[in-house]
Amino acid sequence: MSSIAQKKGFGAAMWDYLTTVDHKKIAHLYLASGGIFFLIGGIEAMLIRIQLMKAGNDFLSAGTYNEVLTMHGTTMIFLAAMPILLAFMNAIMPLQIGARDVAFPFLNSLGFWLFFFGGVFLNLSWFLGGAPDAGWTNYASLAIASEGHGIDFYALGLTISGFGTLISGINFLVTIINMRAPGMTYMRMPLFTWTTFVASALILLAFPPLTVGVFFMVFDRMFGANFFDVTMGGNTIIWEHLFWIFGHPEVYILILPAFGIFSEIFAIFSRKRLFGYTALVFATILIGFYGFMVWAHHMFTVGLGPTANAVFALATMIIAVPTGVKIFNWLLTIWGGSISFTTPMMYAIGFIPSFVAGGVTGVMQAIAPLDYQLHDSYFIVAHFHYVIVGGVVLAILAATHLYWPKMFGTMLSEKLGKVTFWLFFIGFHLTFFIQHFLGLMGMPRRVYTFGADQGWDLFNAISSVGALFMALGVIILLVNIVMTSIKNERVSNDPWGDGRTLEWAIASPPPFYNFAQTPLVRGLDTFWIEKMEGNKEGMVYAEPLEEIHMPNGSFVPVVMSFGLFVASFGALYNMDGDKGWTIPVIIIGLVITFGSMLFRSLKDDLGFHISKEELLRDVKGGKSDGLK
Amino acid sequence: MAHETHTHVRSQTEYEYIRRQRSKEMRGQLTSFAIMIFLTLIAFTAVAADFSPYLITPIILLLAAVQVVLQLYGFMHMSNKGHGMVAFFMFSGMFVAFITILALVTIVWW
Amino acid sequence: MDLNKKYTPQSWPDHPETATMEGKNKFVGFWLLLAAETVTFASLFATYLALKDKGPSGMEFAASNLFELPLVFAMTMILLTSSLTSVYAMYHMKNHNFKAMQAWLGITVLLGAAFLGLEIYEFNHYVHLGFGYTHSAFSAAFYTLVGTHGAHVLFGLSWFIALMVRNSKRGLNMYNAPKFYLVSLYWHFIDVVWVFIFTVVYLMGVIG
Repeated sequence: MSSIAQKKGFGAAMWDYLTTVDHKKIAHLYLASGGIFFLIGGIEAMLIRIQLMKAGNDFLSAGTYNEVLTMHGTTMIFLAAMPILLAFMNAIMPLQIGARDVAFPFLNSLGFWLFFFGGVFLNLSWFLGGAPDAGWTNYASLAIASEGHGIDFYALGLTISGFGTLISGINFLVTIINMRAPGMTYMRMPLFTWTTFVASALILLAFPPLTVGVFFMVFDRMFGANFFDVTMGGNTIIWEHLFWIFGHPEVYILILPAFGIFSEIFAIFSRKRLFGYTALVFATILIGFYGFMVWAHHMFTVGLGPTANAVFALATMIIAVPTGVKIFNWLLTIWGGSISFTTPMMYAIGFIPSFVAGGVTGVMQAIAPLDYQLHDSYFIVAHFHYVIVGGVVLAILAATHLYWPKMFGTMLSEKLGKVTFWLFFIGFHLTFFIQHFLGLMGMPRRVYTFGADQGWDLFNAISSVGALFMALGVIILLVNIVMTSIKNERVSNDPWGDGRTLEWAIASPPPFYNFAQTPLVRGLDTFWIEKMEGNKEGMVYAEPLEEIHMPNGSFVPVVMSFGLFVASFGALYNMDGDKGWTIPVIIIGLVITFGSMLFRSLKDDLGFHISKEELLRDVKGGKSDGLK
Repeated sequence: MAHETHTHVRSQTEYEYIRRQRSKEMRGQLTSFAIMIFLTLIAFTAVAADFSPYLITPIILLLAAVQVVLQLYGFMHMSNKGHGMVAFFMFSGMFVAFITILALVTIVWW
Repeated sequence: MDLNKKYTPQSWPDHPETATMEGKNKFVGFWLLLAAETVTFASLFATYLALKDKGPSGMEFAASNLFELPLVFAMTMILLTSSLTSVYAMYHMKNHNFKAMQAWLGITVLLGAAFLGLEIYEFNHYVHLGFGYTHSAFSAAFYTLVGTHGAHVLFGLSWFIALMVRNSKRGLNMYNAPKFYLVSLYWHFIDVVWVFIFTVVYLMGVIG
């Protein structure tokens, strides 16, 4: 598997990825497909900005604009940001805690394929009669009136990919609870592992309400249930609640791993121990906890009454406290450090003011009476892009540069990386800063055009120019990736030279079994401790070199997910009521899924062992980077 | 990862001791079961007896809560060693469950 | 691991379900899934409570004149008893008495099937009264909540049967002990949900 596989053809490599249960390869899959969805979502963003470039533009029709807008939001949140973060969690978290793999390698692969088929299903709507057009929040009052199958694509696609995300969440939680190396106590875990842990806990408890809400939507449209039909006693506010009980924790599912990534970067490139590690950990947990008690601040204008609004306004303001704690901890980590301005560090430093700006406008909106003014205006659009682009996307770009060598064994060009940073950073502020003022001037969000007499022309034009800068930045990143891959200069374990945690103590990319011997962890920043004590190997070991047990690869996850994909098409067209073939298609799809589930549980899969001799050969021959 | 485990063969005394412990535990489970049946009977009787809803509703909800505790801590062994993390997540789940239900019975407009 | 390794009651570990790393992972992972299921059912309960007795104007059905307690009482007793029989099965699993475990699991499956039969009868009865799934928001919320529970019962039964058949010839080992333990946890959880269903939906429904 490892060293023999050096010269395999394209087909074999393809099959390898289709059947892999190795967390590092699943990370590649998440990064690649999340990256492609990010580009699709980016193109949709550009279409939006072209349409709004000038007053009365007719580049997109009103209907198409609604579809593009909905798909931009849905794609970016569910199919780009979250999967790319899952890619880094998969690639790095098991290494940081000294584990050989995640707790459930098979489920890890299943989680990816469910996400993948769900995402493909959702995007196929473009070619099959129109995309969803009720916004990414898909409010029921609007959605049940939407014609065509767009909303059905949304509901079924998100159901499938939601199951995948839930599975990944459980998997990461169990990995962190059970599979930490000896000595890796909870309070020695790197911050990225901690944020993965809390974000996974949020996934665990936040996705069920979404799944239930989306099922209601499917039942309403497919079986004639009346959850949201007011004339039949239904209530559309139920959708809003269920959506936001999921939706607000979702924001933290995205931002917490971003915080984790920046915490790693600040410590590495300030060459200092993270300031206030304990405070950072507890702030993370607190944010996760409060995240569940603030959802109704998205619904201030629904009319839930002054008591509810006051409670949720207060809870929302409280969240700013742990977040502020984090910001100060990062600043004090940099303070007095020996800073090296690498690309990831520039993103991290750019992140602080950008995110603080987004956070401050967030607290403004927490004031319920003011929110009545700001609600559904461009101010809101500016706010959430400041936290999501200024927080999450900057973190994703930073992590791409930081962890590229660990994932692929070669460094992205620093020069091009900095060009990307400046283009993206300037473009981001140019696009979104001015939207605050558009909002205050009264421009509502989600409108497909505006009149020349409304005085919004200039600011919208500036905003569109900013989007162009961001697009250029992303294109240069792609060029960087291609050039780096062609050059393919291999790097050592610790290419940045200042790695602090366990992932930098092993080869880049790591062998498929990660650690030949399980490491013994002697404190926070394990690898740094060993380096400072002059330990050339970078680790001390908790066990002698012994044979390693590994799980077998499997094609079953692809088949299982494909079954749901097929069944979804049946369910979707069944709603037309005049197509006889839909029921058989649903049945075939479910038989494929449950059949492969049964196959999986009836067939014993005990994995295989890597012999001690083989491990010794790898270690001696310096061939421990078996991933190629 | 692995399925390996160390095998420890018990002595006869150890074996008899652990068997005794287990049948004692099983008797405890039977008691829990008897209580559950009893609580269910009370709940159904209270409703059949047609008391005021304001009296019955809190009582039967309380009885349900007691039954759940018996299931979780008796039948599902949540009090045993090694269930700390499990209990933490179950209680977090119950917390989210509680606020979800609270919201949908109080702030959906009617 | 050697699947053919034979255990005796003397060498069988105290906690076979968590004696291996694999077992430990399954154990924690499954409990986490139950935490997620708690939230899933809470969302369904919450929706049911919000939509209780809500329908088109002049709707003739309400929880207080629809549900029949004797049937629900029988279902409750059956499901509670099946919870106890699966405890017996786990008792014998820990004592490494495979035959007794299979027998108790068999009883559990029969009880579960009886419960499911009664539930189907009940639904069928309501539909014949004219209280179908598309009748009102109330009916949709009721059938979705109770039906989701019924689907869990069905899944639990299939899981029990698959495990019993698959392992009938090879007895207990370290590979399947965690699986038997998990399905019994699942079964208890189904019982927990039912306790709330009979309390919140039926009893509180009848008193109006």
